[in-house]
Amino acid sequence: MEHIAIIGNGISGVTAARHIRKLSDKKITIISAETEHFFSRTALMYIYMGHMKYEHTKPYEDWFWKKNRIDLKFGFVNSIDTEAQVLKFYDGSEMLYDKLILATGSKSNKFGWPGEDLNGVLGLYSKQDLDLLERLAPNKEVCKRAVIVGGGLIGVELAEMLHTRNIPVTLLVRESNFWGNVLPNGDAQLINNHLKNHHIDLRLSRNLKEIVSDENGNVKSVIIEETGEEIPCNVVGLTPGVSPNIDIVKQSNIETDKGILVNRYLETNVQNVYAIGDCAQQREAIGNRKPVEAVWYTGRMMGEVVAQTICGNKMAYKPGHWFNSAKFFDIEYQTYGWVFSKPKEGNAHFHWKHEDGTKCITIEFEVATNRFLGVNTFGIRMKHEVFDRWLTEEKSMDYVIEHLKEANFDPEFYKSFERDITIEYSKQFKKLSV
Amino acid sequence: MSYKTNNSMSLASPDSKSLSTKQKISVGVGMLGLFILILAYFNIDFPNRALFLTASLVLMTIGTVLFANDAYLTKHEGIKNDGVWFKSITSRGLWAWVTGIALTLFYIVLYFKAAWFGLGEDGKANTGLVALFDPLSYLLNGGPASQWFVYGTLYTVAILIFGYKFILKYRHNKYERLRTFSVMFFQLAFAFLIPEFMARLNSDSFKLPYYDLKNIWPLNYYNFEKYRVDEFISAGDIGIALLLFGVLSIFVITPILTYKYGKRWYCSWVCGCGGLAETAGDPFRHLSDKSMFAWRVERWVVHSVVVFVTLMTTAVIYSYLGTDSSKYWLTKDVFLIGVTILLTVVFLWAIIFKREQLAKDAKLGAIGYFVIIITLIGMHFFSDTKHVFWFDATSLKKTYGFLIGAVFSGVIGVGFYPIFGSRVWCRFGCPMAAILGFQQRLFSRFRITTNGGQCISCGNCSTYCEMGIDVRAYAQKGENIVRSSCVGCGICSAVCPRGVLKLENDTMKGRINSNDILLGNDVDLMDLVNQK
Repeated sequence: MEHIAIIGNGISGVTAARHIRKLSDKKITIISAETEHFFSRTALMYIYMGHMKYEHTKPYEDWFWKKNRIDLKFGFVNSIDTEAQVLKFYDGSEMLYDKLILATGSKSNKFGWPGEDLNGVLGLYSKQDLDLLERLAPNKEVCKRAVIVGGGLIGVELAEMLHTRNIPVTLLVRESNFWGNVLPNGDAQLINNHLKNHHIDLRLSRNLKEIVSDENGNVKSVIIEETGEEIPCNVVGLTPGVSPNIDIVKQSNIETDKGILVNRYLETNVQNVYAIGDCAQQREAIGNRKPVEAVWYTGRMMGEVVAQTICGNKMAYKPGHWFNSAKFFDIEYQTYGWVFSKPKEGNAHFHWKHEDGTKCITIEFEVATNRFLGVNTFGIRMKHEVFDRWLTEEKSMDYVIEHLKEANFDPEFYKSFERDITIEYSKQFKKLSV
Repeated sequence: MSYKTNNSMSLASPDSKSLSTKQKISVGVGMLGLFILILAYFNIDFPNRALFLTASLVLMTIGTVLFANDAYLTKHEGIKNDGVWFKSITSRGLWAWVTGIALTLFYIVLYFKAAWFGLGEDGKANTGLVALFDPLSYLLNGGPASQWFVYGTLYTVAILIFGYKFILKYRHNKYERLRTFSVMFFQLAFAFLIPEFMARLNSDSFKLPYYDLKNIWPLNYYNFEKYRVDEFISAGDIGIALLLFGVLSIFVITPILTYKYGKRWYCSWVCGCGGLAETAGDPFRHLSDKSMFAWRVERWVVHSVVVFVTLMTTAVIYSYLGTDSSKYWLTKDVFLIGVTILLTVVFLWAIIFKREQLAKDAKLGAIGYFVIIITLIGMHFFSDTKHVFWFDATSLKKTYGFLIGAVFSGVIGVGFYPIFGSRVWCRFGCPMAAILGFQQRLFSRFRITTNGGQCISCGNCSTYCEMGIDVRAYAQKGENIVRSSCVGCGICSAVCPRGVLKLENDTMKGRINSNDILLGNDVDLMDLVNQK
């Protein structure tokens, strides 16, 4: 029986395993050194916040794996011998494979800041990071202030987490707006204000210069590059994004760049070795997507696709229209299609904002053709399926505004804002609207 | 391991969620109100009962209102589950056990030793706790209080004050606000005030049975007992109308509303048990068991209760019907044949038109059906006027009343809120919920839809589902949630951080869908895998 070994028990590896099991009778082993069972990484924050316990983050009960004959190995792979097709573990044991799927995920970025390895500095990615945070910042007495470096999705999650334990948070953001390299100005300002309303000490256009140690090697303070200001703190969260976790792969003859290089079939340069999820890097980027995408659903999709290929139905990875979502404290965010922080050449942005400061949308469209390109929506839920169809059908901006109601996904009885949005649109783009 | 979550038994843990000063004062005020009740229980004879009862209820109300104001109005609108698993009371810690045991004892005394609450037996005047409620009882229905009046009053107050708290907690969510107003209204008007006012109409020549109009058979399993039916009939047109309403509500009104809106129209908008679970029970909703094992137990237990209540009610009615068709058309035999035909029609409809949706459950349904039919046939051959088989129909009813009506719905259902979650009774024991659920699963426009590929499997939805449905299992597959037990409380949708879930009434077509590959992939793969 063919043996499929999967390194990594995150969403990518687990999805691949599940679909291989659905399609075949192959022997499947999932290897992880992080946790014994698959859990949802995206839910780590809720454990610290007390919304959930670790066990609630596991999407499948523990009996699921045995029932579906998916073997789980808790161990750390030290090296990969692609000639002999054997994995060598830290404890000296070995495992033969016929096909290998690398789904090793990401690790937090560090940019060589002085003091970045001090006790009290951490990223937020793994279960171990969470356990460390629990030790470093159990309450506001032990952690009197935390400084977070990096204004992205993980940074704001960490801020929200610490906020629930009343720990004062300073958030250093390199750009002039929160997540300013991704969000258009209007959207970013909505989040800026929302963060300030939650008493987050938001410092825009500020970089970290160094992390200062006390006499015991613990974090004492950080120093800001631009002003030289020293901010005393006990915990420093480094959240300037993640990069592929490929240390063990680099020592093998599997070709890497930032990530593990794969073709459209998710095959690496070595036969019988595949890479999926955060750790994979497309040799050529797909559309506007980045070659490395550390997103939950792309990991899942790659798992689905690689399972098809491995089970004899060779299939290329073709992600559909871009979409994503997040939550910034109390404001939900969804995006469908592409909205850039500044409109691409020939495009324009339509921005509508509700007066209560918790809802807004931004739509990017092509000026000459009026073609709809993408939407950011804050505080209003919208339907993936509808926008996906509109993008495929290349609907016009006017059409989208006119039919926006169809895309609404807010709970029943919620106030809807399509009318306000339409009025605002015709006000801003009188000449454009037909 | 996270150290935090192990602290649940500790009361003095330095980093467990602590109360603010205002919240402590609020708890104190509420406790003062409760203390008056406890003093009354220990037979302290208050000089002015009306005044002290008012003080007690008002203090408890003020305490809860102040607490809720400080807990929620000081914060931005949004989901308020911070520290739920750190607080002793909401994570099966010491306070949870203390509360659970206290509630359980209260229910045991209420159901089995009402005299201990001071209920005056054999025409004697009330004393103690029950006497404290006499002034309110005289005001409403003109008579002295009973233990049920005490219970009803406290139950209603609980739904109102904790309903207020719930509304503040979910004040950003209009669905939750409306739903809570609804349960508060139905409890206050239909369960509490109207039956008391109806009791005022009673005289020597006219008597209506105590009737909470929103209680529908089989929840009010006693509705068609002889004494009630006799009272209905002897009360003339009004009585007949009420009796007819009782029959119509289960056979006509309920199916129509459940078809249009799902069983939520009842379970989380109208029902009193649901009302308490959604208000006072809300802090415990996450304690429900989500395992596959619990689901299996749920289906066996709740459907057994349906079989039991159907047989029991049939037996009770059977026992008091006559045999002579010339006196009255509805005789024992006509009744049994009628019940058999009705059940057969429902069974055949489900098997013929809905067998695909029933799948594995079809076998269970068939077993239940045949148990009932065989018993009905047996009833015909082996029963005399008083006995159904060798059981006395009354004792059958008493057994049901004891096991299901008292122990299950009260002692376990509410007493164990802080341990098993707020919907234990609704999930495992309520025959009404099971019947509505059967219909919701097979013939309703209601479903919870999922939003394409946005689910991140975080598990908030499953954790906060009070009915123990593993919502995530469906959401992460992009599958609509069509489950018989779903009461449509809407909390899964509210706590979802990615806007994935929505409660909807739509057409029956495509209601139950199943995706192997989610939206986001290119169309070829989705077609290939999903449409095989």
